[in-house]
Amino acid sequence: MIRFEGVIKRYGDTEVIKGIDLEIQKAEITILIGPSGCGKTTTLKMINRLIEPTDGRIFIDGRDIAQLDPIELRRNIGYVIQQIGLFPHMTVAENIGLVPFLKKWPKERITERVEELLELVGMSPREFMNRYPSELSGGQQQRVGVARALASDPEIILMDEPFSALDPITREQLQEELFNLQQGLHKTIVFVTHDIDEALKLGDRICIMKDGHVLQFDAPEVLLKNPAHGFVEEFIGKKRLLRAPELMKAEDVMIKDPVKAHPRRTLAQAVEIMKSRGVDSVLIVDEQNKLLGIATARDISESFDRKKRLEEIYAKNVISVRPDETLSNVMKIMAEENIGYVPVTKDNGELVGLITRSSLINVLGKRYFQKA
Amino acid sequence: MGILSEYISFMLERQDQIMELTAQHIYLTFIAVIFAILVAVPLGIFITRFERAAGVVVGIANAVQALPSLALLGFLIPVLGIGSKPSIVMIFLYSLLPIIKNTYTGLANVDRAILEAGRGMGMTNWQLMRMVQLPLALPVIMAGIRISAVTAVGLTTIAALIGAGGLGQLIYRGISMVNNKMIITGAVPAMVLTLVVDYILNILERAVTPKGIKKSKR
Repeated sequence: MIRFEGVIKRYGDTEVIKGIDLEIQKAEITILIGPSGCGKTTTLKMINRLIEPTDGRIFIDGRDIAQLDPIELRRNIGYVIQQIGLFPHMTVAENIGLVPFLKKWPKERITERVEELLELVGMSPREFMNRYPSELSGGQQQRVGVARALASDPEIILMDEPFSALDPITREQLQEELFNLQQGLHKTIVFVTHDIDEALKLGDRICIMKDGHVLQFDAPEVLLKNPAHGFVEEFIGKKRLLRAPELMKAEDVMIKDPVKAHPRRTLAQAVEIMKSRGVDSVLIVDEQNKLLGIATARDISESFDRKKRLEEIYAKNVISVRPDETLSNVMKIMAEENIGYVPVTKDNGELVGLITRSSLINVLGKRYFQKA
Repeated sequence: MGILSEYISFMLERQDQIMELTAQHIYLTFIAVIFAILVAVPLGIFITRFERAAGVVVGIANAVQALPSLALLGFLIPVLGIGSKPSIVMIFLYSLLPIIKNTYTGLANVDRAILEAGRGMGMTNWQLMRMVQLPLALPVIMAGIRISAVTAVGLTTIAALIGAGGLGQLIYRGISMVNNKMIITGAVPAMVLTLVVDYILNILERAVTPKGIKKSKR
């Protein structure tokens, strides 16, 4: 649908786009993402020729856009920018109807289309048509922005961080609406964002850019499973990788600062430590932080004597797992051994964390919560 | 009978003359300001397109503004003679700067994001100017016109010095005759005229402010 061939953009001596080859698929949401200055917005604006490439060619449906009239080209591509893009002196209806007006549609057809689009983005035409942008909330303004981009029913829609100025709740709502809208419209959407959550939520394909290069251009699942580049992995973030459960490791779900105590501590002290941290067990470690065993509140209360020390009562030979153990193995071990705690240790026995039933529920629960 | 009623009767005696001079005054101001608008607004638009010309144009307008009005009249007399012609030219030249400056700032201050949205939607430069930039800049341009017009009313009194007529004529005659009544007879209508012009243009300024912007300022 949209093809970049060796596209380069230079401003004086600085090269901001360093040779991009891209094939953007029809009827998909393609996300351009990367840190600021990576060239994502420049790439987007080259599609409607707001920025002209220094070198290379861009094709839409096999036609070199450099050969097309830029005004005509832009009227056939929807364009949404951050919320300020609405014309403040025009009503909602005038804003939405602008491109059809420029295309000299008859008046009745424009009005009809405006009403249809307002309905589509969930705003009552009667109530909103004659309002001005300043009379709308941020979310409503951007809904109008989306409706305006759809006005002449373009094949392609470019969105330049359209939701970034909105508050988080409105943003999520609009992301959801855009996603649902797309299920019915099947537009070719190119969407610039710096928010990886937004990218994963909306993108059929995600193009990760850095310093004017495309690092990886893949479906979100592929990105999560096989980040092609150290930067991609870093950019997506470890936490995000957790969302693919087969990729979760013991170290991803463990509590990183478990409650621990030295074996020479008295039982009274151990009780204090547990109380202050609100837990019912304590891991026993030596001076080198090597795991020796575990003492539970029950063990302690069964043989309670203020003067006794932990070393006399704690359970040795605890089952532990390595940090890179897969989550499914960890759960298997916990089920088979019927234990509620699994300490995580390095090969040399050094304690790095603790997995408990509640930490598991926390992590897995968050995963489903975020998906919903 | 106070001094006030004395003045009033003095004025009433010269009612016809005052009316005639006021009309003349309005005419001189009006012609000059209309020409200033016709020249300064396009010039202001032009220099937003050609940034490099902006400094030169504003510089020249500034220099003209800085020139004492009497001196300017002096320069104009050898070329245009005396009477209304050099007066209109002088008032015209003085009226340029505020309009050029305000047109330029008004247009330059339109949000870049809005312009980009317009361009991205396929508006031509001319459409952007006509449908977006000018409507949004109009209140600022009108404010410039108001400043010019109010100044012009005042300047027109000086024009009487070279025989252009207007209310200044009464004031000069009053000065040369050491007749305060006469001075006031010219000054009061000139003052009223200034206030009326300011008032009318203020209303006009608000009337051209796009509705959507008025509401956001509230």
